Amino acid sequence: MPVNYLYPEYEIVRNYDRCIVCRACERQCANEAHEYLEDKNKMVCDDAKCVNCHRCVSLCPTRALKIVKSDHTFKENGNWTKKIINEVYKQAGSGGVLLSSMGNPEHYPVYFDKILLNASQVTNPPIDPLREPMETKVFLGAKPAKIERDENGKLKRNTPPHLTLSMPIMFSAMSYGSISYNAHESLARAAKELGILYNTGEGGLHEDFAQYGENTIVQVASGRFGVHTTYLNTGAAVEIKMGQGAKPGIGGHLPGTKIVGDVSKTRMIPEGSDSISPAPHHDIYSIEDLRQLVYSLKEATAYTKPVIVKIAAVHNISAIASGIARSGADIISIDGFRGGTGAAPTRIRDNVGIPIELALASVDKRLRDEGIRDNVSIVVGGSIRSSADIVKAVALGADCVYIGTSALLAIGCHLCRSCQTGKCNWGIATQREDLVKRLNPNIGYKRLVNLMTAWQHEIKEMMGGMGINSIESLRGNRLMLRGVGLNEKELEILGINHAGE
Amino acid sequence: MREGMFRNPSGCAISGIFSKSGERFTGERIIDSITVMHDRSNGLGGGFAAYGIYPEYKDYYAFHIFYDNKSVKDTTEKFLEEHFDIINLSKIPTRKMKSITDEPLIWRYFVTPLHTKLASSQLDEREFVAKCVFKVNTRIDGAYIFSSGKNMGVFKAVGFPEDVGRFYRLEDYAGYCFTAHGRYPTNTPGWWGGAHPFALLDYSVVHNGEISSYDANRRSIEMYGYKCTLQTDTEVITYIIDYLHRKIGLTLKEICSVIAAPFWSTIERKPEEERAELEYLRNTFSSQLITGPFSILVGFEGGLMALNDRLKLRSMVVGEKDSTVYIASEEAAIRVIQQDLDKVWAPKGGEGVIVTLDGGNI
Amino acid sequence: MKRIYVNEKWCLGCHLCEYYCAFASTNQSDMARALCGVKINPKIKIEENDKISFAVSCRHCDEPLCVKGCITGALSRKDGVITIDRDRCIGCYTCILSCPYGAISPSDDGAVQKCELCIKTNGGKPQCVAGCPNGAIVFEERGE
Repeated sequence: MPVNYLYPEYEIVRNYDRCIVCRACERQCANEAHEYLEDKNKMVCDDAKCVNCHRCVSLCPTRALKIVKSDHTFKENGNWTKKIINEVYKQAGSGGVLLSSMGNPEHYPVYFDKILLNASQVTNPPIDPLREPMETKVFLGAKPAKIERDENGKLKRNTPPHLTLSMPIMFSAMSYGSISYNAHESLARAAKELGILYNTGEGGLHEDFAQYGENTIVQVASGRFGVHTTYLNTGAAVEIKMGQGAKPGIGGHLPGTKIVGDVSKTRMIPEGSDSISPAPHHDIYSIEDLRQLVYSLKEATAYTKPVIVKIAAVHNISAIASGIARSGADIISIDGFRGGTGAAPTRIRDNVGIPIELALASVDKRLRDEGIRDNVSIVVGGSIRSSADIVKAVALGADCVYIGTSALLAIGCHLCRSCQTGKCNWGIATQREDLVKRLNPNIGYKRLVNLMTAWQHEIKEMMGGMGINSIESLRGNRLMLRGVGLNEKELEILGINHAGE
Repeated sequence: MREGMFRNPSGCAISGIFSKSGERFTGERIIDSITVMHDRSNGLGGGFAAYGIYPEYKDYYAFHIFYDNKSVKDTTEKFLEEHFDIINLSKIPTRKMKSITDEPLIWRYFVTPLHTKLASSQLDEREFVAKCVFKVNTRIDGAYIFSSGKNMGVFKAVGFPEDVGRFYRLEDYAGYCFTAHGRYPTNTPGWWGGAHPFALLDYSVVHNGEISSYDANRRSIEMYGYKCTLQTDTEVITYIIDYLHRKIGLTLKEICSVIAAPFWSTIERKPEEERAELEYLRNTFSSQLITGPFSILVGFEGGLMALNDRLKLRSMVVGEKDSTVYIASEEAAIRVIQQDLDKVWAPKGGEGVIVTLDGGNI
Repeated sequence: MKRIYVNEKWCLGCHLCEYYCAFASTNQSDMARALCGVKINPKIKIEENDKISFAVSCRHCDEPLCVKGCITGALSRKDGVITIDRDRCIGCYTCILSCPYGAISPSDDGAVQKCELCIKTNGGKPQCVAGCPNGAIVFEERGE
């Protein structure tokens, strides 16, 4: 047996005074970290198998379990950290690319945490959302270039196709395949109840969910999986996925083991075949090609649906966005470098892209400088963690946000970042039948509705404090923001003043 | 410190008188009205807009300009001569007053665009004039065109409004409409250009309030070629109204539904046709929605519009006597000049009151 | 009449309902203290094989064979709930034999035991329902 260089990162700590040997932990762990010793009537565990997903901890009826970080250590080294050393061992053992899931966990600045909001005092009254109307309704899409009147002087309704949302939040693209049927059902039902939209991702649309079409964004990505005319016309909007914040510049790869049953049918590819989305769209090598795809999709949907172009936040983002705004797209969606994923090469996830706050600020400014901000709406994602992040994003200039990770957290995800194993104990990032059923959509959708309702309340509270009673008066209202601990350049890019100014 | 170097929210008093029959009256009355609301200003700004006061030059743009010094005046006049035919120029007559100090040079020009310049600019006449005003105000340091409409004029200064009115000898002017503003800024500017009304072409705005949507409004309006150099609410409101009315072609009523839009809950209760129109306006011009407290009086050629914010967070009362309409922050400011009113009411939040000369069009 | 219903679609076979049931009848406040080292004998039981699992407990039948067959009158149906009078039960197990669902079982002290919807222990709030992590056991009114 070869030498094992890796020591478990986490330890499962069991309090035997509280363990009643119900074996729920054992039954619930798809990684088989827990074991029942019949002869001793005792539970034992193997730390090496634990991914720290908390399924056993959450279900243990007596709170007999906890997971702690192992204190096993290498000789302290500020440069060669434990993580880096372990990754070298792994690759020396496997010869492969390191894979990770969910968003970039490294210690880069989180600009949202360095921005503070304003509130009214004396010269202008705060507004109490419990007593006065407080509006969060949002329209996404291009604005009419000019008004037109009919022969009686009445304004013609010449608004291009657009989306109407009850609040500036949508569930971001997560494909059926990368997440489960029940996860999709939870998202779709929550979107419908809330009056917002969810996004199919590039895995196609399961026929059962066609009924939620008005609350669905259907995605067209480089693999074109599951794309057909009915699919395009079932959704309320079509999104062209050019890139993803977690892995800018590369495509996707859903392993054949997940292409089973309905997933294969929905993607329109044979069971067991790997589902590989190329890095580029092979019909888009330049901006003029994008324009052609935008209009192809508009043709296919008879110009009744807005087209979204989703891009990862990369260095030259504002120029790219400006190009997209002139290419017929109605909505630009920008995914920051902390955006989640079901699987990405670790090096890409952790080292490519830029923070969404800076990307958003610079895109909004550029589009205004060029006078084309009304051509498109801006949707941002890539680690929107709370209602405060949303308020800050809107004040920086976003029309709406996409949330992915927070939505998954609401339905049980514990950010163990092991989606790529396909053994999600919470029934989210898996296609294993026994695991998928752990996510009951009746519970899942309700938790999503709860979370969004709570955030909407908080958004209203913060808006009211600023004396703003409609979300459009917050959009791009950067005077409502102040930076703390940011340097001149950062403040300049964000277009905000420092606290105290 | 000057306006434009910092954001300067203000509380205020406003008053306006409009004669629908077009009968002209002197500035005496508006001074009497604004005097009553002395406590609503703090001596850091006062001003007036008067319509119908230059009938003899009614076809010419009347520029009122502050100059810091003689050399700026020369530079500016050179610019004006290059772009306009100057029909008449003079110092604006003033009266020395103890309470009004630091007065700049104050000049008035009646002008009309030079044909050749106008033609080569490919702009319509009003856009050409507005562009020239922006150019002087942003590029010539020390010169400031604070009034640029036809047959109307703005008179403003640092001081209490009643003193400002006497300083400018408003009793010598007669017009069909006067508006007045007394300012209570929270900072201490010493610059006359920062006083109100704020005006562009024949639009003049007096405003009481501090809008919370300021930066959203500013950043959107700047996209359409305006420059908010003063960082005041009044400036941005004026530009929004100019943009929606002159450039986009919305009616004043439609403009009220944009800047003080009805709540969605109200819109949903409207009949289908009206609901669709209100939704269209709110969606299309969402960046021009103004939130936070304001009461404004918008003067324009042949008319006056009064509007409160959608929650009515600032007081504003309207009174009518025969064909004259009075609008003020406080009823007392109306009663002092017209004890006997046919009708007096406080318009609801977002409910625009639009009055025009009899037989005139909006 | 509210009854317990199970939905095998959502049953994970985690067996937690059994433990919450057993705990409910101990009248203690801490499950660890109540059940540590104890072999439980719950009134709800998971039936399972490879792919399917579901919980089985008394259905409180409208025409209960157990009540009909009880030779001492220990079992009775009142307000739709079938309860047992432990003092009267002589442990003849006729009920166990007659229940078509296998929902009655011997208790540890001679009398039989069955689900009584927690009316004696938890104010009529069935603890198996409260403890089910996936909504597979529900307590609700359904049209018959």
